[in-house]
Amino acid sequence: MKLTINGAVHDVDVEPEMPLLWVIRDELNLTGTKYSCGVAACGACTVLVDGQPVRSCSFPVGGVSETAAITTIEGVAQGGALSRVQQAWIEHQTPQCGFCQSGQILAATALLNEIPQPTDEEIDARMSNICRCGSYPRIRAAIHAAAKA
Amino acid sequence: MTDRDNASPESDETPAAETPSGRPPRKGPSRRLLILGGLAVGGGVAIGAGLSPFSRIDEQRRLAGRPGETVLVSALRIAPDDTLTVIYPHADMGVGNGTALAQIVADELDADWDRVRIERAPAELAFANGALGQAFLRGENEIPAPMAGFAWLVTRRIAEEMRLQITGGSTAIPLTGMEGMRHAGASARYMLTRAAARAWGVPVSEVAIEGGRLVHASGRSAGFGEMAEAGLAFTPPARLPLKSRGSYRVIGKPKQRLDIPPKVTGEAMYSGDVRLPGMLFAAIRACPTPGGTLASCDTSPAEGRRGVAKVVTTPTAVAVLADNFWRARQAVEALDPQWDPGANRSLDSTAVIAAMKASAAGEGLKKDHSRGKAGVEIAAAGDKAIERVYTAPYLAHAAMETVGCVAHFKDGELHVWGAFQDALSAKYQAAKTARLKPQQVTIHHTEMGGAFGRRGFTLDYLDHAIDIARQTDAPVNLIYTREEDMTHDFYRNASAARMRAVLGADGAPTAIVHAYAERHDPPDASHFPYALENVEVRYSTGDNAAPWGAWRSVDHSVQGFFIESFIDELAHEAGEDPYTYRRRLLSDDARSLAVLDAAAEMSGWADNLAAGSPRKLGISIRKSFGTIVCEVAEVVIRNDGSLHVPNVWVAADPGLVINPNGFAQQMESGVIYGLTAALYGEINFVDGAVKQRNFWDYQMVRMADCPRIEVKIIESGAKTGGAGEPGTPPIAAAVANAVFQATGERLRDLPLAKAPIRAAV
Ligand code: FES
Ligand code: FES
Repeated sequence: MKLTINGAVHDVDVEPEMPLLWVIRDELNLTGTKYSCGVAACGACTVLVDGQPVRSCSFPVGGVSETAAITTIEGVAQGGALSRVQQAWIEHQTPQCGFCQSGQILAATALLNEIPQPTDEEIDARMSNICRCGSYPRIRAAIHAAAKA
Repeated sequence: MTDRDNASPESDETPAAETPSGRPPRKGPSRRLLILGGLAVGGGVAIGAGLSPFSRIDEQRRLAGRPGETVLVSALRIAPDDTLTVIYPHADMGVGNGTALAQIVADELDADWDRVRIERAPAELAFANGALGQAFLRGENEIPAPMAGFAWLVTRRIAEEMRLQITGGSTAIPLTGMEGMRHAGASARYMLTRAAARAWGVPVSEVAIEGGRLVHASGRSAGFGEMAEAGLAFTPPARLPLKSRGSYRVIGKPKQRLDIPPKVTGEAMYSGDVRLPGMLFAAIRACPTPGGTLASCDTSPAEGRRGVAKVVTTPTAVAVLADNFWRARQAVEALDPQWDPGANRSLDSTAVIAAMKASAAGEGLKKDHSRGKAGVEIAAAGDKAIERVYTAPYLAHAAMETVGCVAHFKDGELHVWGAFQDALSAKYQAAKTARLKPQQVTIHHTEMGGAFGRRGFTLDYLDHAIDIARQTDAPVNLIYTREEDMTHDFYRNASAARMRAVLGADGAPTAIVHAYAERHDPPDASHFPYALENVEVRYSTGDNAAPWGAWRSVDHSVQGFFIESFIDELAHEAGEDPYTYRRRLLSDDARSLAVLDAAAEMSGWADNLAAGSPRKLGISIRKSFGTIVCEVAEVVIRNDGSLHVPNVWVAADPGLVINPNGFAQQMESGVIYGLTAALYGEINFVDGAVKQRNFWDYQMVRMADCPRIEVKIIESGAKTGGAGEPGTPPIAAAVANAVFQATGERLRDLPLAKAPIRAAV
């Protein structure tokens, strides 16, 4: 089956029920996307499928259409330039251990694509990924900053 | 059940686990005792043997060297282009301590911050942490004056003996930084300025460091890289003059964390991200009951499945090795292992907590500490004494990265890729488990996706990885599923406290007796910060079958809740505002008062009170790991009875702050971690096994329930305290105290969100 990830087309030969996460991590070795709960409860594995945030640990690869554009954290920076979300993340010193941050950045990217100037309530509703280090206040601040950038 | 009920009166000896890091008890004499003994017996010998500060530099250069660069002192490597790499003997659990430590070195050396990089020290004896050794040596006391000049040398040797590279107990900055890294920076300055003086033929007193370069009035100047090699000819003395606080230029600045950029691009590499030729992923199922074993397992349902390379068993677990973690996991879950749960088959946390309550109410408790005659006073008061009972449940660490690591046996050596709070101890444990010599084990550092104490001395995942890897030639990447991680943690202990007090005519307590179970670390966690003439604190002993591990702030996490809830109750009994009541009891402690006042002011406490308390606020103050933190929490009870915390105000005095932005981040982090525990955290053992399995039944604070957190830092000038842990202890009581303001109901059992709360009328 063919998958288009960060603009590149990959041929993969896997069971269709394998979650997209494990195709990305263990077949294609794009390790920026993380496993934490495996049951769609935390968002560490968030990627974008045609711009929509998807918890890839619970999304069978067989359900991904061959034409779908998948974006992982490795594809967020364009031509070596960090995206405005990534820049805002650095500016606000958001990551701590960093483990949840690929998922957070992709969730925020999707949010800003859909709602360019989100309110706090919209951030509350859309940013449901867990961060055990407690970077939420800085994620919120960074999203507002990226919205203005 | 535990044998807690059998706790009997014994001597007041201190248990054998007294470290600032929450080290679990070990058999035999404590490390501190060994060290003190070692000092008494062998300390002089170490000095006599001519141990110089640079006796290890050759080994350090070999281990941390890079072609063309110079390892000037153990903490610093200098490249020809003046890039300075600060090598630090700690893990970074996510708190940014590498950056803060580098700030300390850079400041002492007046280095150009833009050229500073950080690197974790290799997990090798040559990089054992001398500053920590010194702290252990000192215990609660200062170094005896005659020893002071030698302490740094001696303790470095001791750190080697102890294999110390621990990160925990918020020690990185106060000890490694303020004791070790400043000295490293000063040593580098000593060496570089002398090298320049010799090269230029001028007195060393005329060589200065400006803008990160060595300069002389004649107009000559040189970068550090140019003088680094020549600097090695100079041996700095053991004690060097250090900068005074007023002259810091990098310390105290909100420098950006150097570890962050790879964490926004996905490049940061955690152990699960390691890829090696021929590597297999391992999914494990270990016996769900602590201390239990694998009785038998028919491995055939896993064999022959796509991608599965091997099914292996160990005495306590079964694991599947496959080319893809998902395939390994599917296969291991197809098995039906038969466990022998052993002695803990009926471990039940409800029964444990009931037993703890009973023991705290019983006789024959060990003395923790006391002053005056509190026991007599309380007995005399009879049923006039105010008595309250509090409980706290077991907690898991539940870092976002589940535990695991990579192990590979090759050519008689073991290589491990992983994240450990004390990588040097991990190396020795790995050698022991693998039955190899320490020299045959190499630890390759990876990033750590959170730890909060989990990756300190409870390295079951390392042992499992080794036990599995020794059964194959392939490198093995062991990843715990969330379910395995949550059910095989080393838990924050459950706890219960019975607190009694009598109040004097002015409402202040004249005596308090605090009895609790169980006592771990640090020793001052059960202390009241308040001026009390009569106070007695006792605890019940008894080994608990539940695996114990250091959990962010350790005993402070429960004692903060017990003590600050009880003081709040006493304030209400006395008919006084809980803030002014605490103020009165802290009137002799200027540092605490300043912190208390700052938090009250930030929250608008007085105005709110004057307005009849429309906002429901609770206050709590705790000193832990050298930092005093006061938190005010606001709660809202929603119509459905659910509890929401919209705001938390934090005032903190760490004495001196290295990186204000990083410190504030740790206060936020500590509050949120503690709030998750306060509201939701609860691990239950039922029939010998942990019931909670994933985030759907072990709930977390997320963005929508995360309060706005405002942090104010007060620098009193006291000795530098920690940052990673002190934000956690006050929050549970602050919230519970606010709930009381909101509802008139006192919640004495954690977690708070479990209580049926009536919406305020
Ligand atoms: S790992 Fe996918 S949501 Fe948690
Ligand atoms: S930064 Fe550590 S879990 Fe979010």
